Amino acid sequence: MASKRIVTGAAAGFLTAALGFGVAWAQTAGTTKEKDYQAELPKAPADAGDFTPPPESAIPDNEFGAMVRLGRDLFVNTQQLKGKYVGNGLNCVNCHLDAGRMADSAPLWAAYPMYPAYRKKNDKVNTMEERIQGCFRYSMNGKPPPAGSKELTAMLTYHYWLATGAPVNQALAGRGYPKLEKPAQEPDPERGRGVYEAQCAVCHGDGGQGATVAGNYVFPPLWGENSFNWGAGMHRINTAAGFIHANMPLGKPGTLSVQESWDVAAFINSHERPQDPRFKGDVSATEAEFHQHQCYYGEKLQGGMLGAKAYPNPLQ
Amino acid sequence: MKPALALGILLVAAPVVGAQESPSGEQIVQQGNGQGATACIACHGAQGAGNAAAGYPRLSMLNADYLSAQLRAYQQGTRTNPIMQPIAKALSDAEIEAVAEYYAGQTSEVPAPETGDTELLHQGEELALQGAWKQTIPACVSCHGPGGNGVGTHFPALAGQHAAYIEAQIQAWMNGQRSNDPNQLMEVVAKRLSDDQIKAVAAYFASLKPGQ
Repeated sequence: MASKRIVTGAAAGFLTAALGFGVAWAQTAGTTKEKDYQAELPKAPADAGDFTPPPESAIPDNEFGAMVRLGRDLFVNTQQLKGKYVGNGLNCVNCHLDAGRMADSAPLWAAYPMYPAYRKKNDKVNTMEERIQGCFRYSMNGKPPPAGSKELTAMLTYHYWLATGAPVNQALAGRGYPKLEKPAQEPDPERGRGVYEAQCAVCHGDGGQGATVAGNYVFPPLWGENSFNWGAGMHRINTAAGFIHANMPLGKPGTLSVQESWDVAAFINSHERPQDPRFKGDVSATEAEFHQHQCYYGEKLQGGMLGAKAYPNPLQ
Repeated sequence: MKPALALGILLVAAPVVGAQESPSGEQIVQQGNGQGATACIACHGAQGAGNAAAGYPRLSMLNADYLSAQLRAYQQGTRTNPIMQPIAKALSDAEIEAVAEYYAGQTSEVPAPETGDTELLHQGEELALQGAWKQTIPACVSCHGPGGNGVGTHFPALAGQHAAYIEAQIQAWMNGQRSNDPNQLMEVVAKRLSDDQIKAVAAYFASLKPGQ
């Protein structure tokens, strides 16, 4: 089996999506399937300025505006769909900061104008709606809202409104999570544990379980039964490292070193979480087909093979 | 000695010994501890409603672990205040726990929400619920919880807290007079707030009813 360690010399590539992006690795001989490559994000033109979405106050007071507000509400409090389309304890805003407005935090206004787009992940051209459905299936460990449903229409409308004035099919600066350069040392979950305890546990809990108040999540769980599943982009070490370095700790972006960001991303993603929805009964087979990238799915860590004791996908 | 007399002496002696081993929070709050910690009610009120005008914080319904951590911070100097520091230093660990538990459990007296200028409250609400990310200011409720009702030990409730006190604490972080926040999470935010924003967000939280 090809090593999934950092391989230098590979052409770096990035897949943008609301889930962030990562690096494509040159595969050594022996790996047969090459699905789930992360394609490079189209670069923004050199003279592209910063895009600013319209202010909340500009949402009109009409039927359209009501749909925008509903979409925003669902984006910020996605937990209201728990049991219907959401299977875990997350909200979209946990990884798309400032209600999906913030550059370098996978803002919605940068994604919307780039769809429909071909995605290696499912080897087809996806509409924006299909892309959002993917978020529910993987990141929210849930069930995709059907096309034409009020919830999906609302979220799509919110994306569209945020992108007011953005050029269509032309990359914008600030899309996805910034590419994080490779660390000097191989990412190490044990080193990452030290970073986690010092910088992350105060909010995300000693056991990565997050924090709830009156039964509602305030700080999201990072691993375990209530977090994103093995199919979500954030399980990739490189994606998580890019997100973390640019956005975490909350309110202190860019304060972790490159090495710390990679290490803590490795630590977080070295724990069990809900199963990949594409799983068909065999971890190694799922790993071979869908996890030929930088992650620990299918690897033996601390005595157990990750993915072998994955938690359920309750809505599938 | 007659058994009845011996028993009587024993029964009288026992409660005194018991009181020394587990201090009464209520007693310390109302009377002080006789060792340099004056009665809390003098400033914070019997049920912990505090004093809006003077800026003495409401203590009632705050998380007990948060309260005891603040008293320890006064002992260690990571929170500075000329009135609170000597009082905190005069409290034992057990007394701190007792007082914190007492106030955490006080639900009877809720200070009236403070009114404010509509524009100011609106500005404060926006900051509290959305943040000001151009200044890298997260929404306050991201950490202080829905409704500003706090999250556990480290992120205290702000809803129904006195505006003058909230303003003073933000200033304390800006001036380095308070440094007991975990990982400087609050200090970095405080230093980004303008004077207007401080007034607005303090007024907003003071206008809320705790526990909603």
